[in-house]
Amino acid sequence: MKRAFPILAVLTGVLLSYAMYQALVVAPTEQTMGDVQRIFYYHVPSAWTAFILFAINFVASIVYLIRRNAKADMLALVTAEVGVVFCTVNLVTGPIWARPVWGIWWTWDLRLTLTLVLWLIYVSYIVLRRFSSSGQTPLLAAVLAVFGALDVPLVYFSIWFFRTQHPQPVIGGGGSLDPRMWHALLINWLAFSCFGALVCWSRYRLEVLRRDFDETLALEALLEPRSSKARSS
Amino acid sequence: MSSVAGLTRATLAKDLRLEWRSKDAINSMLFFSLLVVVIFSFSFDPTAEESRRIAGGLVWVAFLFAAVVALNQTWAREMRNQVLDAYRVSPAPPNALFLAKVIGNFIFVTVLQALMTPLFIVFYNLRALGPAYQLPIVAALGTWALVVNGTFFAAMSLRTRSREIMLPLLLFPISIPALLAMVEATGAILTGEFSARFWIVLLAAYDVVFTIASLFLFGLVLQAE
Amino acid sequence: MSYLYAAYIATWTIHITYLATLLRRYTRLRNEIAEFKGRIEDK
Repeated sequence: MKRAFPILAVLTGVLLSYAMYQALVVAPTEQTMGDVQRIFYYHVPSAWTAFILFAINFVASIVYLIRRNAKADMLALVTAEVGVVFCTVNLVTGPIWARPVWGIWWTWDLRLTLTLVLWLIYVSYIVLRRFSSSGQTPLLAAVLAVFGALDVPLVYFSIWFFRTQHPQPVIGGGGSLDPRMWHALLINWLAFSCFGALVCWSRYRLEVLRRDFDETLALEALLEPRSSKARSS
Repeated sequence: MSSVAGLTRATLAKDLRLEWRSKDAINSMLFFSLLVVVIFSFSFDPTAEESRRIAGGLVWVAFLFAAVVALNQTWAREMRNQVLDAYRVSPAPPNALFLAKVIGNFIFVTVLQALMTPLFIVFYNLRALGPAYQLPIVAALGTWALVVNGTFFAAMSLRTRSREIMLPLLLFPISIPALLAMVEATGAILTGEFSARFWIVLLAAYDVVFTIASLFLFGLVLQAE
Repeated sequence: MSYLYAAYIATWTIHITYLATLLRRYTRLRNEIAEFKGRIEDK
């Protein structure tokens, strides 16, 4: 298991460089948007990775609620944090793309708004974990994760209907992608998923170490007064 | 089942009586939303046409912030003298306590709305151009949506540091669809440009989903130690 | 074109910032552990 980590790290590095080469050089230039469209290869994979991480967070939270398994809780914590990072990337690259293409930084489009609301929910999840005192944190966080997941379809429908009432600039515009673009997109997604897994893994190991150490500290604090008393008497 | 109803009624009666004697929650909420109304009123100074369009957002922002004031006090009362701990060790079903608190808050916020609505009408020259009978439905469903999640998250934030700040941080992101629905439904009814039906259905769905979820999970949150 | 570079740079800045916070947390934890070990051995 320990040896797999450097292997994954090297694989991720290779994949990321290859994916960047694909995105910047191999993929054809889009006709109407030009080179700016290449942001797409970073923007979309980040969103997909973030959504997968949030889905894992939801499953892990449910598992925690049923089994009270500390590993599930740590997995939920890790995926939420890394998911927020990827979601942030998506939210930052989105306007940078929108500005030259549509002339606006932001619009209350369905996908944009949904991503923003998800980001807000998971940031509040992380804030809750940070503010909560240790013992009950996993339970409260898992409950919040369930509430957040229940909220997603409601957010989706509300924004969908909001859009039909308030016409917005049409974005994305479907269309078919050149196969080489698909290739670049999927390679980038693979690379970013590996990168995400790698970051999650590191964060997970850090969390394990942190909890083990806190436990040792607590044990030590329990034993301390007794041993010092024994010595003095 | 009857024991749940009985307990709910007992707790609710106790809370209402306490509130009737002190009037803490309702007074602070009233003054708070009055301030919001006045400040918004002279910072925008809208015409009747504009105000109809923005009133939905305004009214609900005022009620949302006022509701947070009341929600933060919900459980504080039970923390004193370890009432909540006593409740935890008693065999009483936790959902009875939760329902009583939700209904109590619902009544407080509804009273607030009843008192504030005339003020809104006066300050913003409001008159509904759409079907006005839908407004109370929207108000009831919207208030329930705020209060059911608010009471739940207030119970959750009891176990955190600086819990007064924690409540809005948890409540607002989750409430976004409900808030959007309330604001849009109110706007639609006031301007009469759209039908508010979809928003009312969405609000009802939100209420059902989160009421069930809260009832399922409240026991866990109460027992969390 | 500069928008493209801005987006790529922003992406990596965000990722590297997060990795840096992880590294900072890790070094802090390691220092705490080292300090703790030192305290234990003193006894």
